[in-house]
Parts: sequence; C-alpha cells; structure tokens
Amino acid sequence: MKKSFYFIALSLWTCLGGCKKDSDFLEIPPNSIVPTETVFSDPALVLSVLGDLYNRQLAFSNFDQGWRSFGDFSESFISDEGAYDIVQNTGWGYGSWGVNWKDAYTYIRELNLFIERDSASTKLSAGDKARFNAEGRFLRANYYFELTKRYGGVPLILHSETYDYKGDPSYLQHPRAKESDMYDFVISEAEAIKDQLPADQNDKSRASKAAALAMEARAALYAGSIAKYGATTPGVSLPGGEVGIPSAKAQDYYQKALTAAQSIINGGAGVYKLYKVLPDLSDNFAAIFLDKSSVNQESIFITDYKALSGRTHGFTTNNQPFSITDEPDDAGRINPSLNLVESFELLDNSFAPLPTRTSGGKDSLYTHPQDIFAGRDARLRGTVMVPFDTVDSYRFKGATVDIWAGYLLANGSIVTAGNAADHDTLPGTNVKVQLVGEDGPINGVRYHTQTGFYIRKFIDPTIGSGRRGRGSDVPWIHYRLGEVLLNAAEAAFELGDPGTAAGYINQIRQRAGFTVDLLPAEITFDRIVHERRVELAFEGHILYDMRRWRLATKVWDGAATALSDLRSNIGKADKRSTQPWGLWPYRYYNPSSPNNGKWVFREVLPSKVTGTNRFTLGNYYSFIGDDVRAANPKIVKQPNQ
Amino acid sequence: MRYNYRYILLLFLVCTAAACSKDNYKAPASILKGRLMYKGDSIGVERNQVPLQLYQYGFGKVGAINGDFSQEGLYSFSLFDGDYKLIIPNGQGPFLWKTDANGNPDSLAVTLRGSQTLDLEVTPYYMLRGATFTGGSGAVTANFSVIKVIADPAVAKDVERVTLYINKTQFVSGADNIASTDIAGADITDPDHVTLNVTVPATYPTQNYVYARVGLKIAGVEDMIFTPVVKVQY
Repeated sequence: MKKSFYFIALSLWTCLGGCKKDSDFLEIPPNSIVPTETVFSDPALVLSVLGDLYNRQLAFSNFDQGWRSFGDFSESFISDEGAYDIVQNTGWGYGSWGVNWKDAYTYIRELNLFIERDSASTKLSAGDKARFNAEGRFLRANYYFELTKRYGGVPLILHSETYDYKGDPSYLQHPRAKESDMYDFVISEAEAIKDQLPADQNDKSRASKAAALAMEARAALYAGSIAKYGATTPGVSLPGGEVGIPSAKAQDYYQKALTAAQSIINGGAGVYKLYKVLPDLSDNFAAIFLDKSSVNQESIFITDYKALSGRTHGFTTNNQPFSITDEPDDAGRINPSLNLVESFELLDNSFAPLPTRTSGGKDSLYTHPQDIFAGRDARLRGTVMVPFDTVDSYRFKGATVDIWAGYLLANGSIVTAGNAADHDTLPGTNVKVQLVGEDGPINGVRYHTQTGFYIRKFIDPTIGSGRRGRGSDVPWIHYRLGEVLLNAAEAAFELGDPGTAAGYINQIRQRAGFTVDLLPAEITFDRIVHERRVELAFEGHILYDMRRWRLATKVWDGAATALSDLRSNIGKADKRSTQPWGLWPYRYYNPSSPNNGKWVFREVLPSKVTGTNRFTLGNYYSFIGDDVRAANPKIVKQPNQ
Repeated sequence: MRYNYRYILLLFLVCTAAACSKDNYKAPASILKGRLMYKGDSIGVERNQVPLQLYQYGFGKVGAINGDFSQEGLYSFSLFDGDYKLIIPNGQGPFLWKTDANGNPDSLAVTLRGSQTLDLEVTPYYMLRGATFTGGSGAVTANFSVIKVIADPAVAKDVERVTLYINKTQFVSGADNIASTDIAGADITDPDHVTLNVTVPATYPTQNYVYARVGLKIAGVEDMIFTPVVKVQY
C-alpha cells in the first residue's frame, strides 16, 4: 500500500511537471546572440556595433593592409622578393585597385541596417540616436566616396533590401548612378549630418563635424577636377554619365570644396591648427603622424591603434632600418625613390636635382654624406630617412642608419661587397675592412634599402614598437588639416583666386621651413600638384590625384625613365616617373689625395627594376568583374576596357 | 578468409571502364587566327596592348574571351567549335572599329567549324608607307611617308608625333627600345618625305645590328600604329 502511494505520487509529479507550456521549455533566450532590440536600447552596445563598422572602412593605403599598399607608382621601391613584381610589371591590369563587390555591398547593407535600426529604436536618447545616425551616414558616404574613386558611378543603395525567394531577383538589380550623382550624394550627406556631429577637435577616432566637412571638401574637389580635367581625355566617359562629369559643373564643385574647407580652417568645426610643436621642422613633420595627444590639433579623423591591446599594426616592424631592427629578418621594405626625394624643393623655392656632379661633369665631393641634402624642404627629412640619419630602436639608442654602397677608387672603379659582413682589403692595404653599409644599398638583397633611402613617415620611435609581439600603435590619419588647406588652395586656384590659394599653401610651406612666401602669381597648376605630392607622400593620395587630374597617362606613360628624364623637369606636373631610381653614396678612397674619405653620389636604377609603369586610358576606372555584370545586367562596362 | 582475386580484378576493370566515360572535355582544337588589315596592308601595333574580345552566348556568364594582337597585328585563339561574336573594345587600337547606334562596338559573327583564318579589315587614322631603314656610322635613318586615311573632319585626328624606335631584340615599341627620336606632328612639313635619325647607343653584348620601326601617335588615341620591324646593320 505504501509502495503504491509512492508510485502514484511519483506519476502525478511527473505528469504535472510535464504540463509546463512547450514555449516555456523551448524558447530560451540565446546567450551568444544579442537581439537587435537589446542592442539598440543601450548606447554602449550600439557603440560596439559601430566600432566594427568603423574598422571596416576602406582606404587606399593603410596599416591593416600592410606595406604593399604603399609601394607602387615609382614613389618607392619595395625591398622584398614578394613585391618585385611591382617594379617588374609593365603596367596595371584593368582590375587593379578594385574591391570585392560582394564584401562592399555587404558592408553597405550593414550600414543601411544600422541606420534603419537606430532610427527605429525607442529606448535610446534623442541625442545618442542623432549622433549614431550621423556616424552611420558618414561611414556610408565615405565608403561610397571610396567606391566612386575606384569605379565612378556605382549602384547607390540607401535602404536595406531583402530577397523574397520568388525566383526573380530583378527588383534587386540597380543600375550604376551617374558619377556626378555619387559626388552630389557625398556632399549632401556631409551637409545633412555635420551639425549632428560634435564640433570637437579631440574627437578623432569617431566622426566629427570637421571629418564630415573634410570629406565634403575632398569629394567636391575630386568632382570639380574630374569635371575640368576630364575634358582632356574625352574617351574616358560613358554616355550615361556613369563615368565622367560635364565640365560645366566644375566651378560649382570647386566652390563647394572651398566653402567646406574654409569652414574647418576658420574654426567652424572645432579648433584645428597645423602641428607646430617641435623646434626641428623635420622632426615636427614626422611627429604629426605619431602624436595622438590633444596637442595634435592637426589630425581630424583617424583609425586608432593601442599597444598591447591586440589592436596594433606591423608598419614599423616591416619598415624599420635593417641595421637596427628589433625583429630579426623583418625590416626595410619601403624604400622611397630618388624621384620623390629630388622633388623636395630648395629653400629658395626652386627645384633642382641633387647635385651629384659638378658643372664640369665630375663627381661632387662631400665631406659629410648628408651635405647633399642640405638646404631643402624640411619635409624631406621628415618623410624619408637619408644615409646616416640617427634613429632609436629597442636595441640601439641613437644609432645611425648605415647606408653606403662601397668605395670609389681614384681610377674610377668601385669596390663593394655582397653584404656588410664580407670584409676585404682595399688596394694597397692589408687590413680587411667593411665595404658596404649594413643597410645596403645592395641590389636584390631584401629588407636592406635598394634605393639608398628608408621611409620615416609613420615609423614609430617608441621603444619596442618594431617587435612583432608588441606592434606599433601609430594611428592612420584619414583626414588632416594639412590636406584640408591644400584642398582649399587648389579649389581657390581653380576658381581664379590665386591670392587665397597662396595664403593657404604658404601656411603649409612655412611649416616646412620656407621663409619666402609664394606670390599669388607663382601659384600654378604645377605648384598645386607638387605641393600635394610632397606633403601627402605615402598617405594614399597619389593614385587618385593623378587619376582625377587625368595626369596618370602622362606621368606613367610606359617609357623607361632615363637619367636625363629623372634630372629634368622637376616640379612639373606631367614629369615622367615610370621607374623608381635610387641614390647610392660611395666613399672616395685615395690616401694620397686630400679628398680621401669624402663622399660621392651616383644615381642608380636598382637592378630589380626591369618594368615600367604604363597607365592606360582603361586604368582610369577599375574593371567591374564579369561576375558582377553577369548577376546584374544593368551594370554597364567601364570605358576603354 | 581467402581473397578471390577475380573479384578484385573485376572491380578494377569496372572502375577503369567507368573512368573512361565523358568526365572531361577535349582541349579546344580549332584555331581562329588572322591579322589586322587595311586594303591589303597589314597594320602593326604594340604587342599586348591592343585587345580583342570574343563572346559566346548560351553559357550564363557575360565575360569575354580576351586576346591581344602581336606587334605584327596578328591574333590567334584556340577555341571549341561554335558561334562567336568578335569585337575590339571602344577606344582601343589606332583605327576605327565600327560602332552601332548606341556607340557600342559592332560585333563580327564568327561561325567556327574547324580552324579558320579571319583577317580583320579596319580603317586606320593614318598609314605609314614606303618605310626604308638605312644604318651606318652608328646611326639608323628612316625614310617614310605619312598618309592620312580618315579625312572626315568629324572623326579625323591630328598626328601627335612620329617616333623611330630601335631595340636590340625584335620587340620594338615605346616600352621596348634602347633609343628613339621623335618629331612632333606639327613639325612635319612634307608628310610624303619624313626622315628620322637615331644614334645607336652602346649595347652589351655588342651587336652590329638593331631592329627598328617607326610608330605614329595619333592625338587622343592611346595606341600607336607601326611599320613592320626591320633588322638594320649599322
């Protein structure tokens, strides 16, 4: 009896326990996925979603893509076997510089979803909602701007779209917008969101009012120059306007660029100033890219990194000088070319090749190897490390970069070695000596310079930043006041106001050590092109600048760059630059001469450079993949491809 | 257990026989080739710079089969038999390729059943005719005449420059040369008798001949038109 009571009790308990509702049992909130409503109820969670969207921005060169994106266009040579193709190819494929459209439109869809969900949210405060909305729209406009630089008009999708699985995707196929519509979109978005963003110069890694205005200025300037200079290449256009902008629109765009740039310059978006902190102007120029403190009021919008947090990059590891590298067998990749180095002006505002020869055609002799670079634009030594520059690293304090190519004997022959450790005797002596610098230059030896220069811009002097384990946390600057000033100067110049242009360009030049200002009459198109090239070297501008001015087919015309080409026409916008040259220092050896131990320099085309840069009309806009056009027949082909 | 080797042999034979079925295509065997022609004269271009494209319908994708002309203006494709359409994309080549009313390149239908030679008749903007090359005393001299072919003012273009290129190897063009001289189009006074002279630089290893040809750059057109390559002793 007692037994059956327990049995009945157990059955009852089991049955009643089983009466729980199915939904209570089965529907358990997942703890690995945060639902949309939850995310858009808490500003901290929204910010973490936004952080991912910030990290997926597109830029031509940046630290996450690595050194290769800094290496082309004869502005530098890459000392790495895996990158010799850059200087051995004779041109670029039509698909160069393109992006994966699937990834691109996935990102755009996520931005659209972010904007829509933020707008639909009921639990966020109005201020947060507006700022998040503006940031999402900024990222979307900036991304469409990046796509437009590469492709001209692309489908402009501003709402998230969903496939209905009914077998007919044609309602998802959108044609390419006009190129001018793309730029108009970027400009109008910037105007619409600028007042929802903080006007604070300390807000650098999130979109600010100045970031929106800087984007607007750059986009309007691009549109203006495509309208104006596109007329010189009439073949680079499509009848539907997907590529090419009518020249009548140029003035309007230039005016918009000038207005947007001026509102940053005049303090309408926070206090921005050119970085002038360090007494040495070259160190000061290099520090613009290193200083993340509030002292740096020049950078406007950056992608930030943080040491020892997992969010770092290897730019310093990959490009530090070989002789002082912190990471064995990782160094020295980006070697700026002589083409770039010689384009830095003399301080009297004139252009001249580096004086390697006397007027009689003999080698010029220098007591100190850096004398040949004396009296030039301070940005040269801020951008480039020249032979015997002093650099700190983890292992060496105040080491000098050991760049020299060998001994030049009195009879004109050269004594050198395949590496610095191969010591040998000089004629007439029996002591074995080092015959070549520890940093090269030696042809074909990777991670040593092969042009005679290393890059200085972005190289982190912080102790340990050259090690892979620690990494560097130098930020990537997307927009900075220096570029805004140059944008304003170019727009003003194109609007026929060289006085205003000179005012802006001289601010940049004074910081670079020029004491004599350029007069309005001296502001020419060549000057504008030159100033951008030297100020913005390695910042990812050169390709798009050369494209929008339609100069790319002239500068990279596919013919070899002879020594005479290299040394002439410096400072001219359409100067040929199809192969990266180097400048190699040699020590003069002649014990009986007072010149013994002095330095001579030779222009050298690194032996790995066998190709030339040839930019064809079909390269002005990147190829749209056949897969994309097969999936969406409304996408028209690019011209000249 | 005793293996029955006959079954294993049978299995092997079945697998082999099954693998013999159509699991792959034969390599394309029909050759489509030809050259660029204008009224019986072949047209020289720069190698690998002037593309032509073949399209074939019915396979779902819209991509082209891409090819290039050699410096003598020759092209060739290995193809499967089938119906193709051939175009030269807009803006390519130193000649006019017919376009349709929408400005797209007019296509040439190619019905391929076995190998075929198909010369492409195009209208160049200019022709270089009667080119003679003479070498001597460390220099190469070229004499030729420049003939304007497209005279219709709506589409005619000016001569930007005419250039004499020489090279150590038989690839001779703007990208492949050891020396060149040019004359701007505006400086040509007598198009029927143009003379260009180029000094041969020191070559290593030393050779007593170079390859030479003359190219003409048309204003606003990317590709140059060339005379045939000639080996010149000097």
